[in-house]
Amino acid sequence: MTAVKNSVITIKNLYKSFGTNNVLKNFNFDLNEGESVAVLGKSGSGKSVLIKCIIGLIKFEKGEIFVLNKDISTLNIEELDKIRAQVGFLFQSNALYDSMTVKENLLFPLRRHKRHLSETEINLLVSEALDNVKLPETANMMPSELSGGMKKRIALARTLILKPKIILYDEPTTGLDPITSREISNLMVEIQDKYKTSSVLISHDINCVKIVADRIVMLIEGTNYAEGTYLSLKESKDQRVLSFFN
Amino acid sequence: MKKDRGKILKPLYNVLNEAGEITKFALRFFKLIFNRPFEYNEFARQCYYIGNKSLPLVAVTALIMGLVITIQSRPTLVEFGAEAWLPKMVSVSLVREIVPVITALICAGKIGSGIGAELGSMKVTEQIDAMEVSGTNPFKYLVVTRVLATTLMIPVLTVLADGISLYGAYLGTNLRGVVSWNLFWSQVFDVLVYADIIPSLLKTFFFGFAIGIVGCYKGYNSQKGTEGVGLSANSSVVISSLLVFIIDLIAVQITDLLGLT
Ligand SMILES: Nc1ncnc2c1ncn2[C@@H]1O[C@H](COP(=O)(O)OP(=O)(O)OP(=O)(O)O)[C@@H](O)[C@H]1O
Ligand SMILES: [Mg+2]
Repeated sequence: MTAVKNSVITIKNLYKSFGTNNVLKNFNFDLNEGESVAVLGKSGSGKSVLIKCIIGLIKFEKGEIFVLNKDISTLNIEELDKIRAQVGFLFQSNALYDSMTVKENLLFPLRRHKRHLSETEINLLVSEALDNVKLPETANMMPSELSGGMKKRIALARTLILKPKIILYDEPTTGLDPITSREISNLMVEIQDKYKTSSVLISHDINCVKIVADRIVMLIEGTNYAEGTYLSLKESKDQRVLSFFN
Repeated sequence: MKKDRGKILKPLYNVLNEAGEITKFALRFFKLIFNRPFEYNEFARQCYYIGNKSLPLVAVTALIMGLVITIQSRPTLVEFGAEAWLPKMVSVSLVREIVPVITALICAGKIGSGIGAELGSMKVTEQIDAMEVSGTNPFKYLVVTRVLATTLMIPVLTVLADGISLYGAYLGTNLRGVVSWNLFWSQVFDVLVYADIIPSLLKTFFFGFAIGIVGCYKGYNSQKGTEGVGLSANSSVVISSLLVFIIDLIAVQITDLLGLT
């Protein structure tokens, strides 16, 4: 093998539309192992649609998506579940189950993806996940009792509990104040270092992107309009690229 | 002329379209119902929740219905000199018609809207997506369990309500004139035969199924935003109440045709 970099997500010529609304038009993307790439785009540009395509939540009409070397569109549900067990997804709206306690929320993916674990192993994993997000005392609380930032952390803990190889973050800092945003961003970097995950970060928060991402892809008009590091894009002459940097 | 036709046809088309979509949704339910592993915990939780949430209201309504129907029927029977028939007549109309329909309507209001709002908010806050990426079929976890729970629990609630409404009738009979506890029940069971109880109980399974399916369908297909959730809750009550009456009408026709009346 000559390839130096090992790609964990590859997207080629992706097209997705809803009726006449062409959201993604020939989008191309690569995520290498251990790397953290941000996809930057305006509200409504199709960022959420993009990462939902990656995890198989939305079917796309044209193009290819490879995740951990598997062609997502050809997998049956069992094979897809095997991939999903290795890919964490942090939802834009947290998606914590309202009717369950924090602990039950964390147990939900664990019980379903890893059926062989014993009760002690499970409890260890739960407390490890809560320690990772620095909220060890919340196990028996309900999501409605948590603040916005805490919810985000618990959602992150639920994503981490399966020790995923890849994490997809859908706007992790949207709706949070600047200080909490920075805390969440730093937490993401910490987790990245600790577990050596690769990650895709969807955002329009340039500060979060600056802290977390190694590389940035600009999603404009449905395609990968520009790519580069934070510094290289900041020097760009293109007005559309620059507009993200104020 | 053409425009007018469009105005009439469009809502008709919408109704048929919705009916088709709900049928498809129900077929999906039947496809997944035997899919292992069954989500026992969620099913049990839903059954408990439904019973717990609606029993007080169902019980009070049933008691009042029993009382009121009895009090109102008395003058007519007195006119015909058939006052002694009171327990018989009242119990037949309660058990056959009034209690099953009222119970179903209460559950359509309480359970149907609850399911519509719950699944609707789970949909818009991406909880349904989160379930799917956690290796769980959300349709199986949320819809199959809830529909089975309503299908089972509404008949159970109806049987309880039948008993309570008959007790109400007993109280009503004794408001004027005295009928002993034993005499009352022997009269009731004299007239109530399996042909009254079985068909009226059978139809409540269909009531329960309709309430569950419509609530789940509306919630599961909820539109984005909080108005979407409210709309889901609201329209599940309207549609499932209407379905209760339609099913009731069909059930009457069938029992009639089979000569069970
Ligand atoms: N299920 C759907 N049905 C129809 N259209 C959809 C659906 N999901 C998304 N869209 C449309 O796709 C476009 C992109 O939506 P998306 O949610 O991906 O935006 P986004 O970039 O994540 O924006 P935001 O930053 O506000 O989250 C929007 O125009 C939206 O209306
Ligand atoms: Mg989004």
